[in-house]
Amino acid sequence: MSDPATPQSARAVMLDVPGLDALIAALAGAGFTVIGPRLREQAIVLEPIEGRADLPAGWRDVQSPGHYRLEERADGALFGFASPPHAWKRHLHPPEVRLMRARSTGSGFEVTDSAGDHAPPRLALLGVKPCDLAAIAAQDQVFGLTPDAPEASRPDPTYAGRRRAAFIVALDCGHAAATCFCDSMGTGPAVPADGGGADLVMSEIVEGGHRFLVRPASPAGARLLDSLPEGTGRPPEAADRAAAAAVPEATRAAQRRRLDPDHRRIVADNLDHPHWSRVGERCLACANCTMVCPTCFCATVEDSTDLTGDIAERWRRWDSCFTMDFSYIHGGSIRIETASRYRQWMSHKLSSWYEQFGRSGCTGCGRCIAWCPVGIDLTEETARLAGRAPAQNAAKQDSATPTGGE
Amino acid sequence: MAEASTHPAANPAALRAPEPPARGAADPMRPRRFRIARLRRELADTFTLELEPLDGAGMHFKPGQFNMLYVFGVGEVPISISGDPADPSVLVHTTRAVGTVTNAMNRLKAGQSIGIRGPFGTHWPAEAAHGDDVLIVAGGIGLAPLRPLIHTVLAERDRFGKVLILYGARTPEDILFTRELKAWRGRFDMSVHVTVDRATGAWNGHVGVVTRLIKMGGFDPGNTSAFVCGPEAMMRFCLTALAEKGVREERMFISMERNMKCAVGVCGHCQWGGHFVCRDGPVFRFDKVADIFRVWEL
Repeated sequence: MSDPATPQSARAVMLDVPGLDALIAALAGAGFTVIGPRLREQAIVLEPIEGRADLPAGWRDVQSPGHYRLEERADGALFGFASPPHAWKRHLHPPEVRLMRARSTGSGFEVTDSAGDHAPPRLALLGVKPCDLAAIAAQDQVFGLTPDAPEASRPDPTYAGRRRAAFIVALDCGHAAATCFCDSMGTGPAVPADGGGADLVMSEIVEGGHRFLVRPASPAGARLLDSLPEGTGRPPEAADRAAAAAVPEATRAAQRRRLDPDHRRIVADNLDHPHWSRVGERCLACANCTMVCPTCFCATVEDSTDLTGDIAERWRRWDSCFTMDFSYIHGGSIRIETASRYRQWMSHKLSSWYEQFGRSGCTGCGRCIAWCPVGIDLTEETARLAGRAPAQNAAKQDSATPTGGE
Repeated sequence: MAEASTHPAANPAALRAPEPPARGAADPMRPRRFRIARLRRELADTFTLELEPLDGAGMHFKPGQFNMLYVFGVGEVPISISGDPADPSVLVHTTRAVGTVTNAMNRLKAGQSIGIRGPFGTHWPAEAAHGDDVLIVAGGIGLAPLRPLIHTVLAERDRFGKVLILYGARTPEDILFTRELKAWRGRFDMSVHVTVDRATGAWNGHVGVVTRLIKMGGFDPGNTSAFVCGPEAMMRFCLTALAEKGVREERMFISMERNMKCAVGVCGHCQWGGHFVCRDGPVFRFDKVADIFRVWEL
């Protein structure tokens, strides 16, 4: 990605730590609400930030199946953590959104406004890691924004509006948790050379002076860098580029977990495997995995009226294939057993997603593993379905220590 | 199809693709308003709505497609279209009152209006059955989604071989479209056989499951297209009976029912294996789904 042949690389800039404030201010000045990582209730969340003081300086996460803790890191890195419980989808595909308002006319009704009538918020997403860039690309397909979208699906107004208005600052990943397996999914830890759809791509370098290499990956990104105040940053040197390139490589080297590359076939060929029942016995059907998953998109649609009965609203709210209601048709639910609901989730993610969208629905971010209260681990369940003892992952989890790539 | 290497990281162009929507592109979740022109009670719990669009534009549809029907403030449900595709001026839905929305719909009166989104989904491919014997197998309310197909087949009757309707209802009181069934049975160019699970009153017709009617034959299995709609268990037995007769899986068509909240492939509820039933269905050619049809609780 530091390929000097890329035209944008000529305009890349090195920012020191205060320089990051100039970048955030430029985004705000361009009319964006900047969303970034910050600390809340001992977790990293993705919420509006005002400046770099809001970023989780000197924190990293320790993750393993059913486990997420923050601990301090000595180097003061601002983005030195892996996947937080929040995914960016909450800003592009909000947990709840009003789709429609209608008014009773006595014998009928009239629609007074619908989702497409409203200007979307303009959000700048700061620090989107490669696995999450891949997740955004996956949801772009789901919501009909890509040319390969099925003919019958039109772009979803809410998602399309937010997505098209968004500005993305991607980040080469500098920290692998023990739950991470982006390398085996081909989604990270480095941002793809062409920016992967981001507007800016950033590398955080801690060694040899805390600094950021920021390179434009779109015309909007280039314009934003041009808009930085005179004297902000300096041109990167060869040593800066080398240091930046080393960051994701160190993260890659620290990553031990992997998902079997044959996962699609393994899952598709084993829909009747007894292992689903064994997972079903452990699974609490709590839906945590679907809430934290950056690609899970399922939502329900709820209609209601106000107390007078004159005004009706239609809301879309995140839903989960783990609930009994999800598959309900008159006469009962299709997926009664917890095992069949877990199978639905995992087989969608790892197998039927390929049929639907030509890619895996899993990006290797590891959130579902960390946030499962009982530590169900889809990489391990896949290994079991393939008839392998899960020892390989288990042993590695014990030895895998969270590492700072810097 | 794609392997892990075609992941977005390897194909990042996908992320940048978003183009502005065509101006005025309709919001897919916003219903059109239709006025109830006529409301006909069919059975104790089943009614037919004849709807006229308030915006004047009719609705062209194909047999087997469905709409989302919205009752103001109550909710929305997927219902197959049961009218004649040759007449787009009136939209016909036959519905059983089984849940909150359909019960509220049951209480509506002529002149009131409801919301409609659609039509959605795949259709019964009558065109694929040209030259074939046509076997229409329905269970219960499953006759409603097949009714447009019957109209289409009869409208171009000479394109098909024999035409048989095999219909199973729970009791004689549950037989839908009785008048029409009688009219069809009176024709010399088609056969109509009706069976009930439980005989009541003066019933002296067939008693038993609809698969028995399949076993009676009366069609050329090697040149038959079968269109099956009813409860999943009923369809399961019918498909087996059809296969035993020698009807080929690629000439069997079924209509699947799943929970639907959006009908445009984004809410995720109707997924069945890799299929979004709202978009890839509800009508499926059986050989394309035979594998997953047999999987428990999929």
